[in-house]
Amino acid sequence: MPKDGGIGASTVRREDIRFLTGKGRYTADINLRGQAYACFLRSEVAHGRINKIDTAEARAMPGVLAVMTGADFAAMGGNPAGWHIPSRNGDAMKEPKRPVLAHGKVRHVGDAYAVVVAETLEQARDAAGAVVADITELPAVVDMAQAVANPDLRVHDEIANNVCFDWGWIEDNRAAVDAAFKAAPHVTTLELVNNRLVPNAMEPRASIGDYDPGTGDYKLYTTSQNPHLSRLLIAAFVMGIPENKLTVIAPDVGGGFGSKIYHYGEEAAVLAASKALNRPVKWVADRSESFLSDAHGRDHVTRIELATDLEGNFLALRTETLANVGAYLSNFSTATPTFLHGTLMAGPYRTPLVYVNVKAVFTNTAPVDAYRGAGRPEATFSIERVVDKMCRELKLDPVAVRRKNLIQPDQYPYTTPVGLVYDTGNYPATLDKLIEIADFSGFEARRAESAKRGKLRGLGLSTWIEACGIAPSNLVGVLGARVGLYDAATVRVNATGNISVMTGAHSHGQGHETVFAQIVSDKLGIPASSIDIVHGDTSKIPFGMGSYGSRSLAVGGTAMVKAVDKIIAKGKKIAAHMLEAAEGDIVFEDGKFSVTGTDKAKTFGEIAFSAYVPHNYPLETLEPGLEETAFYDPANFTYPAGAYACEVEVDAETGRVEIASFACADDFGNVMNPMIVNGQVHGGVAQGIGQALLEAAAYDDNGQLLTGSYMDYAMPRADDLPMFTVDHSCNTPCTHNPLGVKGCGEAGAIGSPPAVVNAVIDALHRGGHTHVTHIDMPLTPSRVWSAIQN
Amino acid sequence: MHNFDFVKPSSVADAVRAMSAEGAQALSGGQTLLPTMKQRLAAPAVLVSLTGIADTRGVCLDNGALSVGGATTHAVVASEARRYYPALADLAGGIGDPAVRSRGTIGGSLANNDPSACYPAAVLASGATILTDRRRIAADDFFQGMFSTALHDGEIITGVLFPIPEKAAYVKFNQPASRFALTGVFVAKYGSGVRVAVTGASTDGVFRWTEAERALSASFTPAAIAGLSLPSDGMIADLHGSAAYRANLAKVLTGRGVASAH
Repeated sequence: MPKDGGIGASTVRREDIRFLTGKGRYTADINLRGQAYACFLRSEVAHGRINKIDTAEARAMPGVLAVMTGADFAAMGGNPAGWHIPSRNGDAMKEPKRPVLAHGKVRHVGDAYAVVVAETLEQARDAAGAVVADITELPAVVDMAQAVANPDLRVHDEIANNVCFDWGWIEDNRAAVDAAFKAAPHVTTLELVNNRLVPNAMEPRASIGDYDPGTGDYKLYTTSQNPHLSRLLIAAFVMGIPENKLTVIAPDVGGGFGSKIYHYGEEAAVLAASKALNRPVKWVADRSESFLSDAHGRDHVTRIELATDLEGNFLALRTETLANVGAYLSNFSTATPTFLHGTLMAGPYRTPLVYVNVKAVFTNTAPVDAYRGAGRPEATFSIERVVDKMCRELKLDPVAVRRKNLIQPDQYPYTTPVGLVYDTGNYPATLDKLIEIADFSGFEARRAESAKRGKLRGLGLSTWIEACGIAPSNLVGVLGARVGLYDAATVRVNATGNISVMTGAHSHGQGHETVFAQIVSDKLGIPASSIDIVHGDTSKIPFGMGSYGSRSLAVGGTAMVKAVDKIIAKGKKIAAHMLEAAEGDIVFEDGKFSVTGTDKAKTFGEIAFSAYVPHNYPLETLEPGLEETAFYDPANFTYPAGAYACEVEVDAETGRVEIASFACADDFGNVMNPMIVNGQVHGGVAQGIGQALLEAAAYDDNGQLLTGSYMDYAMPRADDLPMFTVDHSCNTPCTHNPLGVKGCGEAGAIGSPPAVVNAVIDALHRGGHTHVTHIDMPLTPSRVWSAIQN
Repeated sequence: MHNFDFVKPSSVADAVRAMSAEGAQALSGGQTLLPTMKQRLAAPAVLVSLTGIADTRGVCLDNGALSVGGATTHAVVASEARRYYPALADLAGGIGDPAVRSRGTIGGSLANNDPSACYPAAVLASGATILTDRRRIAADDFFQGMFSTALHDGEIITGVLFPIPEKAAYVKFNQPASRFALTGVFVAKYGSGVRVAVTGASTDGVFRWTEAERALSASFTPAAIAGLSLPSDGMIADLHGSAAYRANLAKVLTGRGVASAH
């Protein structure tokens, strides 16, 4: 049993009280004395040459303080890509400059080319309407196949065929994979689209630049998932500000799902405007701007082939993918379709031979980057769909086929043919658990009951794995990363014994303040109420890499545990002195340092007090104070895995799909707070169901976003979703971090889309519509009905 | 949003006078107009609120017909019309969400005549009469295509008179994002015959499916329309459904409406 409020307890989220009572402090809630307001002008065409931007009339409007255009930022650096991905022929990837504001050309609808700063937001908007931009519209490149095929269509003049890189993984294995396909008794082929999504964090992006002319210090309040990364990019690459003169503060942040990992031009623009005006400059995106300018997610077109024998044993797997990167490279856009996608193409299976080819393609659309799951949902979807299709072609049971191809529990550590080493897992156990909790044996009765109501019922499955806790810096450095991927924590014990923990991880809804306090409480025997978690302010926290890739606990949490261990080690030294015992005889348990085998003890509070009022203290050998920092760079990725099942009812007359039930059997390693883990899975599955049934960012041939508001972009709502059945009892603790944790934030969004689509195809087949082998997401009523008709 | 003047008259006569001002725009529940203004896509000089006129709010019986005031909110129709005309109450209770239903009004919906709005289907299928500050307009004459009605500039809808059918149903198929009607069908059975109105489907806005009306007037059963089909010519085709899909939905929903009419 977990200690009260410690590791493993379903402690209620402490941060929710402020969020639910309107006391959260988001960037838009912050108002600085004398602040001015920024309004960005955004391109209305997908591709155009900027001939002239006439700002004279706008500058003369009431309240206008400045109008800046791309020309004002042309001398600044570009916003860089965080990973270099070479092509398989050894060529460097193409990295066009991504300026603060578009200069020379606009390259997607929503591309910002000017900013107006005024005394009020209304004045800024009025003046924005008076800026006259002479832009010659150019042909837009929207479709990836066309972008690659037509040498006359160029997003960037210097990049023929719009290919950023043509990546092969692993190139040395290609010949063997091709040979296996030639010899294979059966090959299943599937062409599919992994639909583009708009992240739609509840809080739109917002930034306030605040330059202090007295000190030369810049401060940026912004909606970021990783303020240190933004500071580094702005300081070292874009603006050339000394890093020590820039503070980035990400206060409460209302969701990100990846879209707030990245540095965006608006951040640099408000900083520059603030310096130019000697006033704080504030910008808050409206929802329309978010649709147009937040980094979108997914957007792959993939051809996947699976070679098997006639019993369904996997022999080889091969994929070709076009991955849309949009008009510019967002910070992780090159890593997402490669090292977060290609390296996962073995899935949880023993497929001996795998080859992945990804071409990243520029188009005149918003930049595309990591979105909850980031590459791993795309990998999982492709694999789990082609496995299901193969089972249908060979008339094999999808459960039995998956079971016999899964990596077995005695095979760890397991080296995959795509370069990862899975440290631990038990995939058959989660599959067995799923069959139990989803009541597979009762399916036929439920199907018959649905049929009585005229509905087609289907059951879909996915067994999946992901790589989280991103990741060992030396490994990712070899793979092309330009950053380290450690994290850091400082544990500051105050003289009175309460504790501030400064973490490099960033909470934007995950519940870190609760869970991290639980862990420190558990380790130190201090009530969680005496522990504060501080995050999001580069002037307070150690250099961390923020939160994405389900890494906060596995990496940031481990750094925190290591800092706590240092606190305990120092506490033992202090206790040994105070208790006149050997350091080796001091044990720390339940918040007390005691001499083993005696009743002599000092409480944690007494030790803390002694560290700051060191009257009886080993000053000649030990520094006073009780504050420790640890950086942690993981030895490997973590590998959460699981098995998901979805049951759907399809109304064949209208094509409407209703999710009847959804069950998840996950292996997240050790679970710190089961309630929060359940919530993470619920949210992830909701987003996965959203992708499978509802969500799609659609551009027309001219590059206009057709789904630029909630009138056309369908977000999942509570009544679109069933009650979820979530189990995480089949946990195999991670072998290489002290908490034994793997991460749970993205799992739901990774495992769920193929389960939903497999269920719909299953329902249609059971209903006699056996000609339907695949429907591209989202499976809207119209698409499902059309598939039935054809 | 741009600046505007705001008046809230307490009588229809005052409202009509206020509407004669330059750049005047009637404001009822504001569920379409206010978002449009916030996006700066509309900039009326004067907003004339119609929600302060007591005579144009509420639901009552009037010579056997159901009279609904023009400024009556969907929420009030959903609750107060139920004992007289349950299918109409069902329709009102399915518009938007509780916030929308507490502000949006029947008059505003009809005057806007969004091709995907629900109310036009009920009004047309019921053969209702639209009452304005100056005249009575039959439903068959009122709807004149997408966002177009028989209303003159400055004319204000004061109420709607619904003949109460023997049986009726509204079946709405949600557009997944907006939850407006991707297609919605209102079926109403009167002693004089059956009327069927389809919203959300046609590029001309709400329309009567007269072929189905004839078949259902002969036999008010789903089987009666089994052999019919709607042409997809003139149907809306967009991200959410092809023209053929909408034609199919209109037929499927009509059958379901007949089966569930009450």
